[in-house]
Amino acid sequence: MSFADFLSLGPLITLCAAAVIAMLLVAAWRNHRIVYSFSLLAFGMAMAAVIPAIKYIPHPVPPLLVIDEFSLFNSGLILVSGFIILLLSFNYFEEREERKEEYYILLILATIGALVLVVSRHFMSLFLGLEILSISLYGLIAYLRARERSDEAGIKYLMLAALSSAFLLFGMALVYAFTGHMDFPGIGAALREAGYLPVSVMAGFGLMLIGVGFKLGIVPFHMWAPDIYEGAPLPVAAFIATVSKGAMLVLLIRFYQDIHGNDYPMLWWIVAIIAVASMFAGNWLALTQQNIKRILAYSSIAHMGYILVAFLSGVQTGLEALAFYLVAYFITSIGAFGVVIVMSSSSQDAETIADYRGLFWRYPWVATVFTAMLLSLAGIPLTAGFIGKFYVVLAGVDGHQWFLLFMLVINSVIGLYYYIRLVAAMFAVPAKGQQTTVVPALPMAGNITLVILTILLIGLGVYPTAMMALIQQMMRILV
Amino acid sequence: MILLVLILILFGAALLSWVAGVKSHAASRWIALCSLLVNLGIIAGVWIEHSHSSSSRWWYQFRMDWVPHFGISLHLAMDGLSMLMLALTFFLGALAVLISWKEIQTRVGFFHFNLLFVLCGITGVFLTMDLFLFYFFWEMMLIPMYFLIGIWGHEHREYAANKFFLFTQAGGLLMLLAILGLYFIHKANTNVYTFNYFDLLNTPMTPFMERWLMLGFLIAFLVKLPAVPFHTWLPDAHTEAPTAGSVVLAGLLLKTGAYGILRFVLPLFPAAAAEIAPVAMLLGVIGILYGGMLAYAQTDLKRLIAYTSVSHMGFVLLGAFAFNEIAYQGVVMQMITHGISTGALFIIAGALYERIHTRNLRQMGGLWLRLPMMGSAAMIFVMASLGLPGLGNFVAEFLVLLGSWQANHVLTILATIGLVVATAYSLRIMQKVFFGPCDRQYAVPDLNGRELVIIIALVIVICWLGFHPQPVLNTSQNIDYVVR
Repeated sequence: MSFADFLSLGPLITLCAAAVIAMLLVAAWRNHRIVYSFSLLAFGMAMAAVIPAIKYIPHPVPPLLVIDEFSLFNSGLILVSGFIILLLSFNYFEEREERKEEYYILLILATIGALVLVVSRHFMSLFLGLEILSISLYGLIAYLRARERSDEAGIKYLMLAALSSAFLLFGMALVYAFTGHMDFPGIGAALREAGYLPVSVMAGFGLMLIGVGFKLGIVPFHMWAPDIYEGAPLPVAAFIATVSKGAMLVLLIRFYQDIHGNDYPMLWWIVAIIAVASMFAGNWLALTQQNIKRILAYSSIAHMGYILVAFLSGVQTGLEALAFYLVAYFITSIGAFGVVIVMSSSSQDAETIADYRGLFWRYPWVATVFTAMLLSLAGIPLTAGFIGKFYVVLAGVDGHQWFLLFMLVINSVIGLYYYIRLVAAMFAVPAKGQQTTVVPALPMAGNITLVILTILLIGLGVYPTAMMALIQQMMRILV
Repeated sequence: MILLVLILILFGAALLSWVAGVKSHAASRWIALCSLLVNLGIIAGVWIEHSHSSSSRWWYQFRMDWVPHFGISLHLAMDGLSMLMLALTFFLGALAVLISWKEIQTRVGFFHFNLLFVLCGITGVFLTMDLFLFYFFWEMMLIPMYFLIGIWGHEHREYAANKFFLFTQAGGLLMLLAILGLYFIHKANTNVYTFNYFDLLNTPMTPFMERWLMLGFLIAFLVKLPAVPFHTWLPDAHTEAPTAGSVVLAGLLLKTGAYGILRFVLPLFPAAAAEIAPVAMLLGVIGILYGGMLAYAQTDLKRLIAYTSVSHMGFVLLGAFAFNEIAYQGVVMQMITHGISTGALFIIAGALYERIHTRNLRQMGGLWLRLPMMGSAAMIFVMASLGLPGLGNFVAEFLVLLGSWQANHVLTILATIGLVVATAYSLRIMQKVFFGPCDRQYAVPDLNGRELVIIIALVIVICWLGFHPQPVLNTSQNIDYVVR
């Protein structure tokens, strides 16, 4: 392993070491605050480790990994998101569980899994990353054992994730059987040489899509999402919504680009149908929900559909749009979950719409932040979500995907309805007897994090140029 | 630069009045009022300066890069049409602040924040010459309007606010698709990415593409205008909004749709617009008659006035697609006079509601005895609404009909029947509210000083427009209309 390898994999190695040290730390002295501070430090160092790696890109670590601008950017995104989720976690767990230290070890491990996914370009590293991520998530989802829905969520995720991993493995085996390659560029080259897509490889891709689709929570593999969002601890739900999905999406893009997916209309159509179904199912099912967590779950299904539209546009702009949308989506989702976290009391999560009725008149700042997040999800100007959606539509028009765009427009309007319903509830005047019983915790760290997220959100909405330039530069290498 | 200042003043005042509203309600109101009066003063100065020298069409231009990657720039420009619309915006805006002085007593700071923010968005819409920026402002004015209706409105405010929001958003998204379509066609032709209005003018494209893109724009504007069959959000939104909200909606927001047709649909897609002209004119006539009939059938005063808007905006649609200069001038005139007269009627309805707490026509009657001043004011604006010569609306509707006669005889004759319908519903307002038998005895005060100032300002303007419309016509003449 050369020095360059070492530096390039810096973020990954830092976190791996941190996981071990954190474990020892808990064994030696069980203290929430210390583990928490250590995890923050570890994430901080991993983020710092991204910077020296920039010098060596693009740097493949054959045969499993590749560190290029694309993976480094997304590594950074994942680390920052993990850091923010950590910031929001401390108070949440401080008030709840007795043994809260292991949460941080699991969170670090899950982040490692996500990082491996982002840098991998080989079936082995893909599976390794996926399993590290999934297995840590089993523990994370069921972490608050005492709560009623937590076991259900954990077991549901365990069953389905294991099942989908099996499908993924079988799919990989089929692809390998025909092409003789497990690295993505090798598969792409083999297929190109063959000149067509054999049935067995097609079947292999189909089976792999089940595994990938499950992690992304797209229709028809989305059934788990609302239950897990509802049952999991809130920071974990935020983690699943952003880091876990984002990492998988990055992998999917890399795979699709490496095998020249656009050359095979069959693949395109399968993804297109999934995208449209995700948009409709997500938005439609969110309409009647009364539980914020479930609404966010369905909304994230719909957002994955929007992202896939950008993905399917088949032009350079589409990948840029996707990356931008992902950033906006990360900020917005973590922000929305962050609001639910700070609004929750130690005994009860603030999860029904009724808990938010009239929030603006009780806690104007929290309500303003939540409104900003929801408007961003709905794609209203001055927020990052607006630029993101604009970018996606731009990519779609560029790629002449008029049908997909009309679907997106219809869905945006449907989506607006439930976002605006939440906003309306916050600004409504609560009638007597309708007041919520949840007393919000409003921890300081959480509040500051939310303010930063809001500033980022509006900053990206008003001045997106810098971020766009970065993304554009990064995406150039992929095409 | 002065154009950016107009927007920034409103934006700054919006934030300031929100902050000030926490400490003192009066401060919040004064900040809002002053910022609007300052803007009105600026516009008046601009108008006077340019009223004689009609040399160049564009009076001011301002351009600054925003997102150069996409070819988006902060591009503002003002010509006669923009100027007239802005004058109307700030005038009605100031009146909206004044009329809310007593009506709005809760969350005053936030109310004025929203009001100024809406006006800021409208100002942007009237000034911007960058299509992305146009869409940006177009969407930006929705959220504060949503709050104005949803928080300070009447009983069914949430329903009305949601409906308003969804309708306009759906239209807006179609427009976004059309904007982007145009953007890429221009890119394909010239290899330059730009949203600049002037660059996109005269973009060559296939008739098929032109038709679809034109429809994308047109539907967004028809929803906002509103034209039948996209009008159903309007009666709900207007009825449930607070008085200031109704004034802004009827007086200004509807005008953005009309402005969009004049500014974007016709110049950008002249051939496709000419093709669809008969249909659009027909929709206009249907709007005139159908809106008038529905207005006649209402029992809710605000709802009645709302439907008259549908009817009046039918004239705008009729004139805009007549493709001759007389009709265009009528349209611009109609936009202004409708803003004034309907705004005034909503203000009177609001003042009445404050006194007798009902909008139901069946519970009114004989109020002239109690409220002679309000009655006379209402009489003037009802007469304006039915198109009495000497008041602004007459000039406008006359010009529209004169122009559209050259384009289509049958539709013009049908539209003229609309004037009769207008007489019927307008007189019914007077009949039901101020005359006739009085079932209930109301002991209520007449117009107070503040309301009197508002009404007198409106009366002066509507009479001025009726007797001496020449300055407005001169200003609106200096625009390169698409003439066939």
